[in-house]
Amino acid sequence: MDWLNLIVFPLIRSVILLFILLTAFAYLTWYERKLLARFQIRYGPNRAGPYGLMLPAADAVKAFFKEEVIPNHVDKVVYLLGPVLGLIPVLAVWAVIPITKNTPAIADVNIGFLWILALTGVESYGIILAGWGSNNNYSLLGALRSSAQMISYELPLGMFLVSILMLAGSFSLVQLVQSPRAWWEWLWLWIMFPFFFICMLAECNRTPFDLPETENELVAGFQTEYGGMKFAMFFIAEYLNVITTSTLMATLFFGGWKLPFGITDFLPILGPFVLAVKVIILLFVFIWVRASIGRPRYDQLMRFTWQYLLPGSIVYMIITALLVLFFK
Amino acid sequence: MTLSVLFFVLIGAISLAAAVGVVSSNHPVHSALFLLAHFGTLAILYITLEAQFLAAIQVIIYAGGIVILILFVIMLIGSEKIVNQAEHRTWTPYVGFALGIVLLGGLAISLLQGFTGVEPNAALLQGGSPQAVGLELFTRYILPFELAAVLLLVALLGALLLARRPKLKIEEQ
Repeated sequence: MDWLNLIVFPLIRSVILLFILLTAFAYLTWYERKLLARFQIRYGPNRAGPYGLMLPAADAVKAFFKEEVIPNHVDKVVYLLGPVLGLIPVLAVWAVIPITKNTPAIADVNIGFLWILALTGVESYGIILAGWGSNNNYSLLGALRSSAQMISYELPLGMFLVSILMLAGSFSLVQLVQSPRAWWEWLWLWIMFPFFFICMLAECNRTPFDLPETENELVAGFQTEYGGMKFAMFFIAEYLNVITTSTLMATLFFGGWKLPFGITDFLPILGPFVLAVKVIILLFVFIWVRASIGRPRYDQLMRFTWQYLLPGSIVYMIITALLVLFFK
Repeated sequence: MTLSVLFFVLIGAISLAAAVGVVSSNHPVHSALFLLAHFGTLAILYITLEAQFLAAIQVIIYAGGIVILILFVIMLIGSEKIVNQAEHRTWTPYVGFALGIVLLGGLAISLLQGFTGVEPNAALLQGGSPQAVGLELFTRYILPFELAAVLLLVALLGALLLARRPKLKIEEQ
């Protein structure tokens, strides 16, 4: 049956994936609060359930039962479109990420890389539209800051992705994880990893790059006028973005679902769990950075991308091209 | 009518509606959003034609780059509703309409002529797979490709020149 393969099975897979991702989001908030508390020598959440494990459920109930307020001065359609457009691309990236041997989450398309690039490009719409639709100066300033930042950091990100692409020789992420890499390729990739990580921090608007919502100058930035479930959607989008980028980095730099020595090739069922462990470690790094580093000034942030990161990434790309040409 | 044709017609209709929305809505930001919807549906049309690479490029460049810049400019310059000044000149809509029909006719003629000889080319491109497009770009179409690059460079330098601050005449003391 054609339509069964085309529509029904992907639909079932998407629903399962959505369920897993939203649960992961809920517990990421718990993980982050707990870890931040530990970094600051506090206990963190410990009231709702054992170790505060029921806290996400309590938060969800709270968000659902809040009154949905839509201010009078907003552009209603754009205002409501903002959170939705913020959430969709973050979820859609997952379609091409491989979770075990020969199995992508939804579909193995031959443009996997471009799919990621396209969706990171579209991600900023949610924030721009929310900022403008709110009809509020603080929101607009936050949105402008955020989109300028995202566009700037997408450039080196694109260059780095092109370099990875040249090393892999295929647009498909499934192929990328499965094709063997020489030791110098791993080494060369890992040299780039810190810079890629910086770009990803900026893409996610995470501390130290959370200037779009600096509370001491812009109230809450682009999300000032949002409350209840609509605010929760921005929150979900931000945290899912962190999870998605961690998964991407695990896939691109650390072999995704694979373990060394081909263990997972014999036991493909282990794949998703291996991937999950790698993602949790990377999430720890995200939170660690948040707990340790303060935010820079906005002009410092922009100067860093345009004057150092972008030229650096271009040089990196050229060297990668030469390496591939002579050694591969 | 097969399912794919139905899909094509549906998406095409949405795309057209969005295009009409671009010119008919009287708020610049809404126009930009309609443009975004139009580009998105165009990308979906490319996918139904098996040209996944083109679809991705469409989204990356137009949706991810150009419309964001358009929105930026609108927001920075000010986005009050346009009081339609063209209404005062009653002839503009008619001239616009006539020019549109001329453009449509020209496009239709060139497309109809092109359809006779375009099939082998499309087969060569394998529905626009990255490798095929790349090979064609860097062998047969290398000259137009490089010319486009030079044109972009010139535009970039021009923008830099225009945006540069005029040199201050005051000497440092």
